[in-house]
Amino acid sequence: MLNQNDILQTQDMIDKRHLDIRTITMGISLLDCCDPDIERCCEKIYRKITRCARDLVQVGQDLEREFGIPIVNKRISVTPIALVAGACQADSYVAIAKTLDAAAKQCGVNFIGGFSALVQKGCTEGDWKLIRSIPEAMASTERVCASVNVASTKAGINMDAVAEMGRIVKRTAELTADNQGLGCAKLVVFANAVEDNPFMAGAFHGVGEPECVLNVGVSGPGVVYHALQNAKGQPFDVVAETVKKTAFRITRMGQLVGQEASKRLHVPFGIVDLSLAPTPAAGDSVARILEEMGLQVCGTHGTTAALALLNDAVKKGGVMASNHVGGLSGAFIPVSEDEGMIAAAESGTLTLSKLEAMTCVCSVGLDMVAIPGDTSAQTISAIIADEAAIGMVNSKTTAVRILPAPGKSVGDRVELGGLLGSAPVMPVHEESADAFVARGGRIPAPLQSLKN
Amino acid sequence: MKAIVTVVGKDRVGIIAGVCSALAAYRVNVLDISQTVMQGYFTMMMAVDTSECTLPLGELCSAMEETGMEMGLSIRVQREDIFEAMHRV
Repeated sequence: MLNQNDILQTQDMIDKRHLDIRTITMGISLLDCCDPDIERCCEKIYRKITRCARDLVQVGQDLEREFGIPIVNKRISVTPIALVAGACQADSYVAIAKTLDAAAKQCGVNFIGGFSALVQKGCTEGDWKLIRSIPEAMASTERVCASVNVASTKAGINMDAVAEMGRIVKRTAELTADNQGLGCAKLVVFANAVEDNPFMAGAFHGVGEPECVLNVGVSGPGVVYHALQNAKGQPFDVVAETVKKTAFRITRMGQLVGQEASKRLHVPFGIVDLSLAPTPAAGDSVARILEEMGLQVCGTHGTTAALALLNDAVKKGGVMASNHVGGLSGAFIPVSEDEGMIAAAESGTLTLSKLEAMTCVCSVGLDMVAIPGDTSAQTISAIIADEAAIGMVNSKTTAVRILPAPGKSVGDRVELGGLLGSAPVMPVHEESADAFVARGGRIPAPLQSLKN
Repeated sequence: MKAIVTVVGKDRVGIIAGVCSALAAYRVNVLDISQTVMQGYFTMMMAVDTSECTLPLGELCSAMEETGMEMGLSIRVQREDIFEAMHRV
């Protein structure tokens, strides 16, 4: 029999510590929607998505009420569109993005991911068309998320694609300048992208995935922060144990909700993504967890070590709580979406260089970072290349979701609203990397032995 | 299916009676009750069986929440699995 303390503890986590299921994401294969005629392709896509995900939001809402735990987002990911649209005789895939947007609205989900291309070794005709459609697609849709995988540990870094993505990010910001460059918040450049990620903006339904699958992303930085407050001054062994136990509890919620949702939707359950995903709300911050370990401000010396411990302990705790773990799994450090990160960046302690170091030991990468609007496309490409190199060499996923804020400079702030939060514009190096980016070609895959 | 009902509010006459009658009206069977009053605040937890319930569980949760508001209490109904999952390996 449960005791009162267990019940109160769970309710306290939900009510006061922002414990929630961050997302249930339905992955849908669109490989059977290929068609030479883009209009027919769009029709097939719309029909398939609205059929598969018809009950997704309703089931999510029912489970929220029954379990008494918020399920913040209900989302859809689809097969990378470059693969589906490759057969279409069309020069632009914007029409498909609009179809995805319409299908997302019809299903009631707030984001749909998969306007994507996987080009780590090279680009097909379809990949180029997709990449070049991204700025207009981001500007003319509301809920569609795009991602491009430009590097992998096995293939190296496709520097032609990296160079192009610098221009694409810049163009996307310009086309969405009315919304402070919001389009770039829906665009991720990956290295080692995963096929079962439920989190936006980088979600897509990989080709190794089944027809339809349900993945869950959990959250709970507030719960971890609160648990660590009871371990003040204790050695790191105790800190790691505390994080592990907390992560276990959080993940069990995700497992339970995911299993139940998959049963009701008659869709196989995929994975739980063991991520600590912050929100801009006070008390739901990853930066504050690091500070609780004894750092005056996130970003100072010691931050990378603190984050390494946190990231590892979250995974260790979560792995036993779920029968299948996947996705990005780890601590996220999106600057604009984390109240503590925003404060640390505004104080000048958290810099782009430190963030880059942090991405070596945690999930994903330079995420939701605002930079001056006049940053050149080449500099953005160089930032992407650096981050891709970290992912490639360390056999991990890294990503860049960067916002060159139109008309803004260092010291300004970009207000994106909602879960996307607000980001202080951070300085980038003035010195050029133009000649580096202009070389093009491919950076070879790294050696997997002689590791030093 | 088992659920946990949590009731919190300022103590007064008839809270248990009120909550139990509401549950009985939906044919929810009370299996176990534990309650305390701390500094004038009434806290009660009930394990209930909803297998005969006349409403789907989601609607029962909303209905009991409304009953709670009418009575000036916070009443929350949650499936028992969520607590089992979190606290039992």
